Amino acid sequence: MSFRPRFLFPATSLLALGLMLAPALFGQGTAPSLTLIARDGRRAIPLTLVADQEFVALDDLAAQFQLAVQESLGAVTVSYKGKTIVLTPDQTLASVAGRLISLPAAPSRSGRRWLVPVEFVGRALAPIYDSRVELRKPSHLVIVGDLRVPRISTRYDAIGSGGRLTIDASPRATSTVSQDGDHIFVKFDADALDTPATVFAAPAAPTLVQGVRLVDPLTLGVDLLSRFGGFKATSQPVDDTMRLVLDLAGGQTDTTPPPSNPPSNPQSAVPTPPSSPPPELPPAFGQSAPAIRTVAIDPGHGGDDAGVRGSNGVKEKDLALSVARRLKGLLEARLGIRVLLTREDDRNISIDERAAIANNNKADLFVSIHANASMRNTTAGATVYHAAFFADAAQAAGAARPERLPTFGGGLRDVEMVPWDLAQTRHLAQSGAFSDLLIAQLGDRIPLALRPTGEAPLRVLESANMPAVLVELGYLSNATQEKQMAGETFQNVFVQAFYDTVVRYRDSLHAGEAPGDRASRDFK
Amino acid sequence: MSRQAVAAGLVGATAIALGSLLFAGLPRWYGPVDARTAAPSAAPTTIAPGRKIKAHLFYVAEDGLRLTSVEHDVAYGDGPLEQAREILNAQVAPVAEPTVSAVPPGTTLRALFLTDRGVAFVDLSREVAAAHTGGTDSELLTVYTIVNALTMNLPAITTVQVLVDGKEVETLAGHVDLRRPLARNLDLVQ
Repeated sequence: MSFRPRFLFPATSLLALGLMLAPALFGQGTAPSLTLIARDGRRAIPLTLVADQEFVALDDLAAQFQLAVQESLGAVTVSYKGKTIVLTPDQTLASVAGRLISLPAAPSRSGRRWLVPVEFVGRALAPIYDSRVELRKPSHLVIVGDLRVPRISTRYDAIGSGGRLTIDASPRATSTVSQDGDHIFVKFDADALDTPATVFAAPAAPTLVQGVRLVDPLTLGVDLLSRFGGFKATSQPVDDTMRLVLDLAGGQTDTTPPPSNPPSNPQSAVPTPPSSPPPELPPAFGQSAPAIRTVAIDPGHGGDDAGVRGSNGVKEKDLALSVARRLKGLLEARLGIRVLLTREDDRNISIDERAAIANNNKADLFVSIHANASMRNTTAGATVYHAAFFADAAQAAGAARPERLPTFGGGLRDVEMVPWDLAQTRHLAQSGAFSDLLIAQLGDRIPLALRPTGEAPLRVLESANMPAVLVELGYLSNATQEKQMAGETFQNVFVQAFYDTVVRYRDSLHAGEAPGDRASRDFK
Repeated sequence: MSRQAVAAGLVGATAIALGSLLFAGLPRWYGPVDARTAAPSAAPTTIAPGRKIKAHLFYVAEDGLRLTSVEHDVAYGDGPLEQAREILNAQVAPVAEPTVSAVPPGTTLRALFLTDRGVAFVDLSREVAAAHTGGTDSELLTVYTIVNALTMNLPAITTVQVLVDGKEVETLAGHVDLRRPLARNLDLVQ
């Protein structure tokens, strides 16, 4: 590999420091840094925030990737082994080895340094570099070379006196599970882990699991209550994900109230051998497992982005949040499933973050709630959209060839890679089926648009790695509909119809019915 | 003597070729990105005065959900780039009632680029986003008004990427993905 580090940092301390500092850094609005992961270590590349766009200095990239940067004839030329990127100040277009690409912002000068949008790494640098370069913008990672860096997400479901902790590693990575007292350790067979700043969000109600933390760069530690009685671990590939399920049994005789914090010294706990599988828990991958366990609801817009404003003052962002809260309450109360809101209040949230919340929590369904507008103020009715992709994009995702990677102990393993922006391509049929079910339920309850279903390249749906729809409740540009939608009656009727749709959709999945014979429906 | 003349001629020709490469070729190859593939819109066009072509422009249909195609006289442009510019200028121009445009008022064409792969980059003024009413349907109609106006009238253009105020944007109003060039959408046309 041609990549050579300039500085070597102890990987463990850097990762631990990053995990400790990440929430604080984000909370203070400070620009985060990119973490570059290569075979020979990790390094941080500073980022600069300009008008909400993350920039990286060309000098820093040049030092890390052995690039030559020259400024002449009003252009900035970046060269690597005879291949050239030509950037032009004030232009978002760049030439990469003769091909034209676009960047989200133009290069800008900061003192004597040139700053380029962080997307430069994936769109311009990666095509000319002789090793694989992958930019994971949501987690601020740059992976150089053929490394296995699975994204880790966790989910906990309380079941009777026990519970089930699901840990997903995507792309697939196998793991070994061990126990030490009230702690379970999961060590992944990978080169590094891509973990969110908060590995595990503890439920509000007391549960067996007190927390999940990163104990070293490749190991998760699960902190359990002392009344934990034993566990069974099973793993199974699901699409491109390796899903590890820990079925946890609660102790039968221990009535000690749970401690408020996990034990600080795991070695002091008395080791408990794993018990036999708890009889009260359902099998991890049996037919009886619920097909829908988590639903992610995305109230559109928020914060500075009010969305559509009705002539009587109703704002789309407020309407969407109101409906989302009602929907969450009904689904949780009647179905006992977990329901996530991508925003709980009136605040800014990026489109990528909305999809990331659903993906990281392994939601089984994603719905984005919106209100529509038309240039003609008589247009009325609800519309349900699902995503559409160009044929070449869908084919690219469908034909994403597995990468053959070496494993520890010898041998090779195929790991399937799906681009973030194309995650929805594999769920289009189910998304379309859910859309049809929802329209059928809404049909005799609220007004529908003349074209009640649609397919479009909608940004918020494209990265959702589960069946996903965007619902336009009606038209705020229509004064009659504005008044109607702002009312409690309309919102409750919609929420009830959505609940009925989820029940029917879940039942169809349980029955093993095909979600529909729709193929990928692309714009021609 | 003749050998010397031939040698001198060769040296001279080589010097002229190198000079051309240094002072004419390199600036074209490594200069501003658009210099090789397109011309900025601010450049004056070479249009025969008064010459017109028929072009299909797109406006909001009566149902408010789709676009309707209307044939207009548009100034002739010399070549696909200039013709595309004339079509777009006509498309974003204000319209009189009862015609309704899906392009927000005040929107102007800042620049236009065309690659040899048939991708048009249309740089619109900030009003196209700032003055947008929002809503998925409205946004779809706005975007595909631009995309269809070029791809339906000019076979040389197959896809269109919309830029705003000189920059790539994720969306105009939070819905339609503009990070990639879009192909024509006839489903939205009445």
